[in-house]
Amino acid sequence: MKYVDEYRDPHIAQAVAERIARKVTRHWVLMEVCGGQTHTLMRYGIDELLPGQIEMVHGPGCPVCVTPLEMVDRAIRIASLPGVIFTSYGDMLRVPGSESDLFQARAKGADVRIVYSPMDALKMARANPDRRVVFFGVGFETTAPANAMAVWQAKREGLTNFSMIASHVLVPPAMKLILQSPSNRVNGFIGPGHVCAVMGFEEYDELAREFRVPIVIGGFEPLDLLEAIGMLVAQLEEGRAEVENQYSRSVNYEGNIAAQDLMREVFEVSDRKWRGIGSIAASGYRLRDEYAAFDAERVFDLKELSAEEPKECISALVLQGLKKPVDCPAFGSRCTPMTPLGAPMVSAEGACAAYYQYRRHA
Amino acid sequence: MCLAVPGKVLSVEEGDSVLRSGNVDFCGVRKTVNLSFLPDVAPGDFVLVHVGFAISKLDEEEAARTYQYLAQIGALDEEGLAP
Amino acid sequence: MPNTTEIPVAFTCPTPLVVHDRIVLGHGSGGLLSAELLRDIFLPLFSNPVLDRMDDQAIFEVGGARIAFTTDSFVVKPLFFPGGDIGSLAVHGTVNDLAMGGARPLFLSAAFILEEGFPTDELKRIARSMAQAAQASGVAIITGDTKVVEKGKGDGLFINTTGIGIVPEGVRVSANQARPGDRVILSGPIGDHGIAIMASREGLEFDTEIQSDSAPLHELVAAMLHASQEIRCLRDPTRGGLSSTLNEIATQSEVSIQIEEPKIPVRDEVKSACELLGLDPLYVANEGKLVAIVAPEAAQCVLSAMRNNPRGRESNIIGTVGERRAGLVTMKTAFGSTRIVDMLAGDQLPRIC
Repeated sequence: MKYVDEYRDPHIAQAVAERIARKVTRHWVLMEVCGGQTHTLMRYGIDELLPGQIEMVHGPGCPVCVTPLEMVDRAIRIASLPGVIFTSYGDMLRVPGSESDLFQARAKGADVRIVYSPMDALKMARANPDRRVVFFGVGFETTAPANAMAVWQAKREGLTNFSMIASHVLVPPAMKLILQSPSNRVNGFIGPGHVCAVMGFEEYDELAREFRVPIVIGGFEPLDLLEAIGMLVAQLEEGRAEVENQYSRSVNYEGNIAAQDLMREVFEVSDRKWRGIGSIAASGYRLRDEYAAFDAERVFDLKELSAEEPKECISALVLQGLKKPVDCPAFGSRCTPMTPLGAPMVSAEGACAAYYQYRRHA
Repeated sequence: MCLAVPGKVLSVEEGDSVLRSGNVDFCGVRKTVNLSFLPDVAPGDFVLVHVGFAISKLDEEEAARTYQYLAQIGALDEEGLAP
Repeated sequence: MPNTTEIPVAFTCPTPLVVHDRIVLGHGSGGLLSAELLRDIFLPLFSNPVLDRMDDQAIFEVGGARIAFTTDSFVVKPLFFPGGDIGSLAVHGTVNDLAMGGARPLFLSAAFILEEGFPTDELKRIARSMAQAAQASGVAIITGDTKVVEKGKGDGLFINTTGIGIVPEGVRVSANQARPGDRVILSGPIGDHGIAIMASREGLEFDTEIQSDSAPLHELVAAMLHASQEIRCLRDPTRGGLSSTLNEIATQSEVSIQIEEPKIPVRDEVKSACELLGLDPLYVANEGKLVAIVAPEAAQCVLSAMRNNPRGRESNIIGTVGERRAGLVTMKTAFGSTRIVDMLAGDQLPRIC
């Protein structure tokens, strides 16, 4: 595949890793923010190529992992209502709620369907005027434009049977939380490449300045990550703390203006609860009042459901890079992809699932 | 996060004034993709596609530059000339 | 103010959140959940020496002849897909299960469960496809059954085929026969069938020329057995993909298996489709491929025999059986790193992340 395969060249990977090894003089802790980047690191064993002084910790960039427990519960509640067609990206189906998950809801008779795009959910709404179609709108900023478009188009067409559970989260507030923590060990960040393709990377200037950390916006292929790591190491060794863009073939400073305009039209920034972490101010999107008719949480008027994580799950610490999945006593024994205690074990991008799939040496 | 894959735009449909869509090729697999967020994109361009939407146009010059830089590191390493 | 990171971690022992008091779709996907059903319900209740071997087919002796016997049900949606339909799949699938025991397939039965309202034209199309597949595979459909269920209770059409064949003298293949040092041979590119199906499914539509690889493999197997008697196991990687098959063999033979990523053929289009949907080809279904575990000294000649057969032109030795840890399947990536190739819990789902 063009623009993919060439960034997976193992020989160049080796050479870049050796270059990093020659440059590094002390221990550095680096965090890749996106779950997709974690996935690549694990799948290609990039951490095995890096010199021992580089420690990679995994960030909270998995929207599935951070979708709050009660959001999943609400989704299951809505899906189980008669006449509802509940649509979702595949990622969410196995994520455990307090007592169940969407797959099990389907087993009990709920009409739960996987879609590749939110526009497919819209198609279902048009094709089934007598059913209420609900779309589970999770994601970071990368997915927000698509989700916004579905709602915007629904309003434009005057659909009365389509709504969305808006469960969006934003990256910069999560990074800020990590940086503000007294136990933070991260020296440098690989920024979220696809989030920045949409948003640009102006927001990261402020973080780099305020906390004096280098941030390199990175892509998702092995060579992208290695190059980003190399750029971070260079900054750290030279005492710089800037924002650089490794993923320049897909990311520019301003981002995608048309996408941002539509997101602003449909969404507004709101506080959000992050699973395992708690509430972070101004860290998510919700639908504006003008789109209330398409906001599933308002349409279905669910009582405030709250829920507690199982005490054994340390996903909060894993999501903030304070612990690795293998540090968790339940990892691989009580907590497996079959019997997950927390979302990072279920989500394909979750750190725990990645470790379990590629690396456990139980 | 955010599985997005680069593909080549084969054709653009100018139907709806607001919702533009096009046929995008991913190495033999073709999909209809929503191009509304890239009003200037034309057949022959490469775009990054996420959940059925093109979110960014690939800058082929930057791609070439990035790759050449990396390839050079690989070549230098091979010749034992890496700094 | 954002939360602090001081979250108390109390290590109590919670009940697992996923308790299976009902069947979920994952139970049918050929992965860990399916294995659970067998282990927890069927095997204990039905246990006998033939069943307990858990091969793709059951082999038993009657009057000095070794008979292979197998059954399979087909619930694929959509019913018609590029490269085949539920009918041809039903024939090939059962023919192949027999072939994986080294048997020469002889006869099939065909049972249909039809939903009220199912178009008879479609049934004719499917039956015609089955007749053609049976003829091309050298088997006769000698008995069958038809049932109709009320509208809403049957999802169109389900087919069950049961097959019977004869295992030649001296042929002993079984999933528990693999030994350290044996070579793993794959008969061709993986992922074609699963991707062809997904391409036609609602909500995941994309255009591609990928066809299902559904095909009968008994002639390929006959050619392989002719080349060597040192073939230990044969398995076709259907649901759950290559990964499930290798894991099953590793578990049943109590060996480890290591494969090498660059040696596994995958068509470019299949790779692209997998990239788009976030799928790993190792877990995608195949319907016209087989995995053979072969003694090291016989590997080259079995490989040649395979490459000389139309169904095995792209065969490759993809790995080796080891004695590291029973049931462990690992893969050396193109990067030289090693990753575990695990059994999936349920179906692989398309993802956005």
